[in-house]
Amino acid sequence: MTVASNSTRVAVRGPAIGTALIAAVLLLLALAAPFVLYPVFLMKVLCFALFACAFNLLIGFAGLLSFGHAAFFGSAAYIAAHTVKEWGWAPEAGLLAATVVAGLMGLVFGLIAIRRQGIYFAMITLALSQMVFFLALQLPFTHGEDGIQGVPRGLLFGLFDLSQPLTMYYTVLAIFLAGFALIWRTVHSPFGQVLKAIRENEPRAVSLGYRTDRYKLVAFVLSASLAGLAGGTKAIVFQLASLTDVTWQMSGEVVLMTLLGGMGTLFGPVVGAGLVVTLESYLASTSLPVPVVIGCIFVVCVLVFRRGIVGELMHRLSKRGH
Amino acid sequence: MNAAPNDDIILEARNLTKEFKGFVAVKEVNLQVRRGTIHALIGPNGAGKSTVFNLLTKFLTPTRGQILYKGRDITRTKPADIALMGLVRSFQISAVFPHLSVLENVRVALQRPLGTSFHFWKSESSLYDLHDRALELIEAVNLTPWAGHTAAELPYGRKRALEIATTLALDPEVMLLDEPLAGMGHEDIEGTAALIKRVAADRTVLMVEHNLSVVAHLSDTITVLRRGEILAEGPYEVVSKNPQVMEAYMGTGHA
Repeated sequence: MTVASNSTRVAVRGPAIGTALIAAVLLLLALAAPFVLYPVFLMKVLCFALFACAFNLLIGFAGLLSFGHAAFFGSAAYIAAHTVKEWGWAPEAGLLAATVVAGLMGLVFGLIAIRRQGIYFAMITLALSQMVFFLALQLPFTHGEDGIQGVPRGLLFGLFDLSQPLTMYYTVLAIFLAGFALIWRTVHSPFGQVLKAIRENEPRAVSLGYRTDRYKLVAFVLSASLAGLAGGTKAIVFQLASLTDVTWQMSGEVVLMTLLGGMGTLFGPVVGAGLVVTLESYLASTSLPVPVVIGCIFVVCVLVFRRGIVGELMHRLSKRGH
Repeated sequence: MNAAPNDDIILEARNLTKEFKGFVAVKEVNLQVRRGTIHALIGPNGAGKSTVFNLLTKFLTPTRGQILYKGRDITRTKPADIALMGLVRSFQISAVFPHLSVLENVRVALQRPLGTSFHFWKSESSLYDLHDRALELIEAVNLTPWAGHTAAELPYGRKRALEIATTLALDPEVMLLDEPLAGMGHEDIEGTAALIKRVAADRTVLMVEHNLSVVAHLSDTITVLRRGEILAEGPYEVVSKNPQVMEAYMGTGHA
């Protein structure tokens, strides 16, 4: 019995070494990237990658399709921008406030929506996020159509000057890595096991004694908080919080990124976010209509790689392994 | 009919009734499951046995009536909570977690008592201590060679075996099995029936079945339902000779 259980442990560790190697290479690339590519572009990718990873925690590991994640992303951007610009808070305090507010909003959204399944869940989250959009349009502190502009980047921990592009870049990279690590840990935790069980077969999880609503609620709050962290970071990077980030199109975009990259894979949303942001910024300088091109790519991807880019890749690799 | 708890009766339904928009699916069912027995609930299609089953496991709320478990009223208890009291159900369509491995399927059932199921910051390796117990349970249902495979890869009969192992992981006092033998080939039926018999040695089993002959030698008591009402109850020898039961089953040709 002990021998068998040891071999299972080894089997779990085997591919982990490969994963660690890939992670090390990717980390080196991320560290070197700002010397080759435009830092603002890279930071945009990282913000959206974290946003998509947070979204993927829900859809990919808890089986919940939220169509209102822009509410957390955009509101957090407003909170970070307002606290830093108007109240003179340090960037780390602004980001913390943004994350906490997004988490609390997630708690409210979750309490209302979590008992509903499938499309009803998606519709309730959409409706709630539309309410947030209209609040953002009307409340005085958001400055309506203008948004909050000219947010100072400030000094991180009173030491690092974020107006330096490289300092800002490495800060964003650190935030992304911390968020990604938290998601990775959540997925590979006792909680993550229960979450996967709920995704796979909720009535069975109930019959095993799990109050599934509570687990889904915790996942929802985690996801909303991390989406908020991503939104707050974006506001500091671009020194701007605007209505764009609370629109339903933004909620749609994060769905698109996650599906393109591969939902339920840890790295898929990062690839998806990178792809969408790259396409948007390159197509913006051409005369091509951006939404049409991205729409076409999405259709092709869904038809050719049903599991998303990373999902399909992993599927083919594991098939070869057998 | 007194209210005093009877030690011998572990699960009891009193005047259980379920109406769906005027249609009475279950009508005034009184059922007593004795501790340590295998009790089968059978009946033709539409007899209401699945409804009774879902009522007993709290997946449906009764319109009227009462459910008692060990003398305690559980009529209003949540389905997740009765599992913690020792009442664990299975499902008609095999209830495994398809993309988890066989080992993980059983481990999910074992991990709740650790109290770390909400700990999203803890490593999965904190669950490795459960592997020995999980593998014992997997061994008990002869799935050891499959332990590392995902549940989706298992043939149907083995999925049912995995489901039983997962249910056993909670060490339930009462196992409620929803058509555990449905859709199985002959060779699987015998194996699974023997397995049920084996696990019932130190616990109570209530199972729903479609087919009278399948449960004949497996159960101590058989309750026959027809159109939401109890038609007959007793050991196989008695029930099978009941003219009404024979009539009910002649029509469907299963007896």
